Amino acid sequence: MPSVSLTVNGAPHTVDVEGRTLLVELLREKLRLTGTHVGCDTSQCGACVVHVDGESVKSCTILAVQADGSSVTTIEGLAAPDGTLHPMQEAFREYHALQCGFCTPGMVMSAIDLVKKHPDGLSEHEIREGLEGNLCRCTGYHNIVRAIAAAQEVMHGRSAALAPAEV
Amino acid sequence: MYDFAYHKPSTLAEAVGILADPEARPISGGQTILPALKHRLDRPAALVDLSGIAELRGIRREGDRLVIGAMSRHREIQTSPVVGSAIPALARMAGMLGDTQVRNRGTMGGSLANNDPAADYPSAALGLGATLVTSGGRQIGADEFFQGMFSTALEPGELLVSIEFPIPEKAGYAKMRNPASRYVMTGVFVSRGPMGVRVAVNGAGPGVFRQPEMEAALAANWSPETVAGIRQDPDGLNGDIHGSAEYRAHLVTVMARRAVLDAG
Repeated sequence: MPSVSLTVNGAPHTVDVEGRTLLVELLREKLRLTGTHVGCDTSQCGACVVHVDGESVKSCTILAVQADGSSVTTIEGLAAPDGTLHPMQEAFREYHALQCGFCTPGMVMSAIDLVKKHPDGLSEHEIREGLEGNLCRCTGYHNIVRAIAAAQEVMHGRSAALAPAEV
Repeated sequence: MYDFAYHKPSTLAEAVGILADPEARPISGGQTILPALKHRLDRPAALVDLSGIAELRGIRREGDRLVIGAMSRHREIQTSPVVGSAIPALARMAGMLGDTQVRNRGTMGGSLANNDPAADYPSAALGLGATLVTSGGRQIGADEFFQGMFSTALEPGELLVSIEFPIPEKAGYAKMRNPASRYVMTGVFVSRGPMGVRVAVNGAGPGVFRQPEMEAALAANWSPETVAGIRQDPDGLNGDIHGSAEYRAHLVTVMARRAVLDAG
């Protein structure tokens, strides 16, 4: 049985897996990190997005063995140890960027990768295009886009605090 | 998904050795084979991960050619300054296929070797007159490489090593996506350069094909209006619940015009 050594949210793990074990199965079933969701299991919905060595990937479409030696970040690894939320998480809360919450972990992970790759900032149109790999069936995306637009200002240091959502 | 043995060789020779077993399959980015294995469309005894093989990596310009290692991921091609300056249409294509997460994993070699009729890269390879270099030491022209739906000139166990693109004077690409799956309904890649004028169509037929009538017209007069009046014969094109053969034939003309506009 193959053994996989990887770092998850800063902590090293060595886990016995099958060749066919998906990264998302390792995260959810072996490490019990169930914040990463499985929606479609066909690499379309993006609920399972995590970061592998800083790049967003669909963890239902990568084998655990392919992540051997990698550093993985999941939704559980975003907040500070004292519970302070990542600016993207805080923005999703402030802007009410979710209803049922099922897609939210993947949305947040994709959004962070999107913002990091665009240091000059993203327009609303670019945010919408950048979310192509994530499906939400509740909100119609509008508040998700607003949350990401607000969070990028904090993440890039252009704003010290998150702009409050207009009620 | 059925279980399999997993190998991650560090050299091309080692990979080819393992793939001599007809029950073994290569995996590059995994964005096609993993969904296929989940559906149990195949049951390989072993998967051979190509991501640790240095010979398959790298993007470089060699004289009048752009050489792309087969394991290059879409994101690398999309953002490569070398690709962006040599063949910007190819970088644009890489940036509009799949989604961000697929582009972070999927590879050019994997897509070309799979030859999905709805894939993007086959029309770039055919539309630029690329040469495909294999682990068997063969250099296969794109005109011979693509052999219809999911079929290529690769022998069993033979791997793509790199793809060599002659650098064109102009090149452009346009596609219409299926609004749900986002796969290509019809795409057209056009180029003018050392390989002459080439027009390649993906998504519309069972495999990528050239459009000789448009090539001749563009060779005489390179402008979007030149192709606007040329009708593609729908005979032999794909017709399904997403669109009829006649619709796809119509899209060939529309996308060809947009591709020439994209090329400038």
